[in-house]
Amino acid sequence: MKPDTRRPTLDTSRLDLASIRERLGSSQGQEYWRCLEELADSEQFHKLLIQEFPQQAAGWFDGVSRRDFLRLMGASLALAGLNACGRAAPIDKKIVPYVNQPEEIVPGRPMFFATAFPMGGAGTGVLVESHEGRPTKIEGNPNHPASVGATNAFAQASILTLYDPDRSQVVSNAGRISTWNAFLTAINDDLEAERLSGGAGLRILTETVTSPTLTNQLRQLLAKFPRAKWHQYEPVNRDNAQAGGRLAFGNNVNTVYRFDNADVVLSLDADFLFAGPGNVRYARDFVGKRRVRQNKSEMNRLYVIEVTPSVTGSMADHRLALRPSEMPGFAAAIAAKIGLPVQSTTDAQHSQWIDALVRDLQKHRGGGIVVAGDQQPPVVHALAHAMNQALDNVGKTVIYTDPIVANPVDQSASLRELVRDMETASVKVLVMLGGNPVFTAPVDLRFAEHLAKVPFRVHSSLYDDETSAYCHWHIPETHYLESWSDVRAYDGSVTILQPLIAPLYGGKSSHEVLAALLGGFGDTTYDIVRNYWKTQKIAGDFETFWRTALHDGVVAGTAFQPKTVKLKALANVDGLSASDASVSETRNSKPARQNSLEISFQPDPTLFDGRFANNGWLQELPKPLTKLTWDNAALMSPKTAERLGLSYQVGARGGEHGRVFTDVIELRYEGRSLRAPAWIVPGHADECITLHLGYGRTRAGKVGNGTGFNAYAIRTANAPYYGAGLEIRKIGTQYPLACTQFHHSMEGRDLVRAATIEEYRKNPNFVQGEHHQESEGSLYPGYKYEGYAWGMSIDVNACVGCNACVVACQSENNIPVVGKTEVTRGREMHWLRIDRYYKGSPQNPETYHQPVPCMHCENAPCELVCPVGATNHSHEGLNDMVYNRCVGTRYCSNNCPYKVRRFNFFEYSDFETPSLKPLRNPNVTVRSRGVMEKCTYCVQRINVAKIEAEKENRPVRDGEIQTACQAACPTQAIVFGDINNREAAVAKLKSESLNYGLLTELNTKPRTTYLAKLKNPNPEIKTG
Amino acid sequence: MAQIFHRSTNTISRVSVFGGIGIIVVLVATLAAINRSSYVTEVGVARSQPVQFSHKHHVSDDGIDCRYCHTSVEESSFAGIPSTKICMNCHTQIWAESPILEPVRESFRTGKSLEWTRVHNLPGFVYFDHSIHVHKGVGCTTCHGRVDQMPLMWRENTLYMEWCLECHRNPEQFVRPREQVFNMDWQPPSDQIVLGQKLVQQYKIERLTSCSVCHR
Repeated sequence: MKPDTRRPTLDTSRLDLASIRERLGSSQGQEYWRCLEELADSEQFHKLLIQEFPQQAAGWFDGVSRRDFLRLMGASLALAGLNACGRAAPIDKKIVPYVNQPEEIVPGRPMFFATAFPMGGAGTGVLVESHEGRPTKIEGNPNHPASVGATNAFAQASILTLYDPDRSQVVSNAGRISTWNAFLTAINDDLEAERLSGGAGLRILTETVTSPTLTNQLRQLLAKFPRAKWHQYEPVNRDNAQAGGRLAFGNNVNTVYRFDNADVVLSLDADFLFAGPGNVRYARDFVGKRRVRQNKSEMNRLYVIEVTPSVTGSMADHRLALRPSEMPGFAAAIAAKIGLPVQSTTDAQHSQWIDALVRDLQKHRGGGIVVAGDQQPPVVHALAHAMNQALDNVGKTVIYTDPIVANPVDQSASLRELVRDMETASVKVLVMLGGNPVFTAPVDLRFAEHLAKVPFRVHSSLYDDETSAYCHWHIPETHYLESWSDVRAYDGSVTILQPLIAPLYGGKSSHEVLAALLGGFGDTTYDIVRNYWKTQKIAGDFETFWRTALHDGVVAGTAFQPKTVKLKALANVDGLSASDASVSETRNSKPARQNSLEISFQPDPTLFDGRFANNGWLQELPKPLTKLTWDNAALMSPKTAERLGLSYQVGARGGEHGRVFTDVIELRYEGRSLRAPAWIVPGHADECITLHLGYGRTRAGKVGNGTGFNAYAIRTANAPYYGAGLEIRKIGTQYPLACTQFHHSMEGRDLVRAATIEEYRKNPNFVQGEHHQESEGSLYPGYKYEGYAWGMSIDVNACVGCNACVVACQSENNIPVVGKTEVTRGREMHWLRIDRYYKGSPQNPETYHQPVPCMHCENAPCELVCPVGATNHSHEGLNDMVYNRCVGTRYCSNNCPYKVRRFNFFEYSDFETPSLKPLRNPNVTVRSRGVMEKCTYCVQRINVAKIEAEKENRPVRDGEIQTACQAACPTQAIVFGDINNREAAVAKLKSESLNYGLLTELNTKPRTTYLAKLKNPNPEIKTG
Repeated sequence: MAQIFHRSTNTISRVSVFGGIGIIVVLVATLAAINRSSYVTEVGVARSQPVQFSHKHHVSDDGIDCRYCHTSVEESSFAGIPSTKICMNCHTQIWAESPILEPVRESFRTGKSLEWTRVHNLPGFVYFDHSIHVHKGVGCTTCHGRVDQMPLMWRENTLYMEWCLECHRNPEQFVRPREQVFNMDWQPPSDQIVLGQKLVQQYKIERLTSCSVCHR
């Protein structure tokens, strides 16, 4: 990574943490803040805010001088009328019908197909919208247990990867274009030799496999080549969870949590609302227990102990930030308090906290959950299992089943074994199905170096990536939307994956590659998957079974049955016995030396382990807590930053709010070093640095290459998640990060309103109370909305900030990606943003997420200032934006108090790349340069539903129209509908006492309103 | 001091002031006229097609219903262009050897679609739905004209927004009973306004003029 040494041209005052603390100490009551600058109340920050429209100001510094600008303007004016004089239809415009139209296709009407989005081996059921055979949008599958109708940001964005023009398009041999047949010939010769030796030199490396068909093929292969080995490796895996299960029970288990039955949840560094198998379902169930309505004021309570602020942590009622090395000891202290025979030394600082937590857990025996995070060492998982057992939660809120992974090996060990074999040159043929181990393997294994010793190396993957470059053969892999397959969900339910489109780039599925190894050259993936299921015991006719399974998106009866497991006596558990004082010294976190900095490796909240590096939607998606885009950073707490003398400056240059110059540090860890920009994250554990994996790719593609820094470069096999002994040096340069945190600040008005559940019970109308008076009346005559009146309600209490809605909106509405430079100018195009607010001390603040789409104000300020009538109000209360009228004055955006309008400063939409054309939603205009745009409440969906209803002579049913954000939301925080219909869900929500509007004192009468945030703190724990 | 300008300059300046205005008026009027002329709107301009398909022959002479070929007009935004298979339903039997139909047979043989020239084309930012118009009693001929009398297809109306709005503002002037939608010969009765008002009530036709009805 090359640090940017350019300095901002305006003098900016450095962030002063000491003054922030002082200010906080003297303030009283609820203090919300968005970023440290605001809290510091620095003069410079005010200067930035006063720049009413910072995006414009930057333009003056660009290449075109004022004189040129005026000249161009003159020319534009002179020609202004002429663009209306074009011929309406180009003469050569063609219309191309089918030769033989498939019976089920009605041109102009989309069809939906059920399949599943696999990630880390676990599937999330999805329904894919297909327009005349081209998939355009991912929706959740309500029938599927892991989806229940919703999706996450990764699933939403996966459709862009399908069409990615940078995907590998051809079989290549030593970098030269080759063919599938040439590959078959080549591998056949080598396999012949292997056949004689029983496959002693044959190795298969896969990612986590849950697919029954693929497992079956791998087993067949191992039967054919008895001495061959199957390895599995993913850089972000569940080794620790599996090892924890083995520690506790002696065998492999899969844990399924029933958050819908849990009143008290303790998360030991588990980000269960955002990552890991079943996260969408867990978020739905968890938030279901938090919803407060007129007739229900019970809430669950969440305790989170974590290192890096996470989505789950931001939902916590009580949160502690601990260093990684303190976690096992802390977990042991809780376990000891519960009464387990574990030795522990509780630090006095938190004893009151632990006592209260344990009393709460014990009060809710059978109604609590202790969940350990995948990064935590096995011993913490074992403790969590033991605690659940001791608290009678097993069987009620914690269910054990057989593992969903076909072959639950320890993946780190598996990779290590493979590397050892490669080192001794005993590997002759290595076939890698997916994954990118050259990039992701622990650096101390020197995977690439040893890989070079394998005489025949094959890599099948979506991209011609870092690993492909080291292989003799590269096979383009099919995307999950292009191929047949199957996958298990978090509870074992199988979904048969069906392709939505023929492979765009001639890809081959893993099934086909394995079939080739097995000698079945002519088998199609369809045959392979179907034939596997034919061999399974199926009640009734196979064809019926097959069609039902495909239609429903889940194979009935495949969810694993709960199994009873017996906890080993804790005395027999390694590292847990009372005599063993090494609870904190565990396998995966090395003992912390006093005063040494610790390091934490986490999957990135948008790129995950790097597999989504070339996905522009995810690259530009502001990360849930840091709001960084296009980069990762070394995250640390404000206190640590202060100690290390690290800081950052909001780039000035005419108010470029999105550009933050931050100090670059050099991290030295286990003899390796890495340079990264430092980033201060309120609520981070002190004396610990978090690095997000997945950035710094060199062969990701045009989008992903060269973004961020590669944290894998210092990640070692024995400390994949946490380690100690990190050293940091400030190197004196600065690096600009594109952060959306600094945009559109709202000057401390009461945008997020929150209370505790106790306060709510005492005064259910606290939201309405002491807040601004809503003004009434208008100079303009009112309008009576007689038919439908569309409105939206967003439950801030339910929003976890997972970003699924933002990507869903981007996908549904053809929203372009603008790139890092444009984001630093505050020009990102997301119609829906999630504002993140903090309250309280920067060391451990409360965090709030607030999605902000267009408010569709009844008295919309934007409409009054448009000189060309390009934004108007519809008779149903929508604030319409008419692209073809817009001339780009941007007055509307200036006058919008919510700053939800987005302007196409350049031609951001890609009109050229052929493979991106079929991605677009055909029912939404692709906007060109010079046009303002914003949330439309998915008017295309409203129109379709209205037309269907009118054809059937009925009103639109409540819930029939789901906006894209609403449909994607795992927690159903967004509800849309007709507010004139008293029975509509949205109308009922708007009559709740928690309902409030943003900036209603401006008399905008927003149609989008919010439900206030509630917290359920334990009265026994004093906050402060 | 002598006059700088000669008396005749008064005339010149008058002529140039009023003449200038006149030129602008004429220019604007000309541009408006061009914009509404069939050169721009393509109204009445018959398009040549890969196969010289005659709606006149198939509709008037053979009596084929619109929906036999435009299959999705009642259920989708897109009325549908017949697949080659639909042509071949009949043309394997009649005119099976006709040279004029060779492109159709070729398409059927090779599986390569016929490429028709678009006659009715809306800009990318306009979204029109056939099914709801048909359902609300807007006849085919209301927009497409007497297709049964067009040997080659042409555009009957400008498809300009002002033209759309004529009906969206005053639907009673144009709607007809649903069962007459596909009737080519239907003529509005002398009391169309009375009938229209009745139908507007009966079919719950709204005067939809909000932007997002068509633009999104």
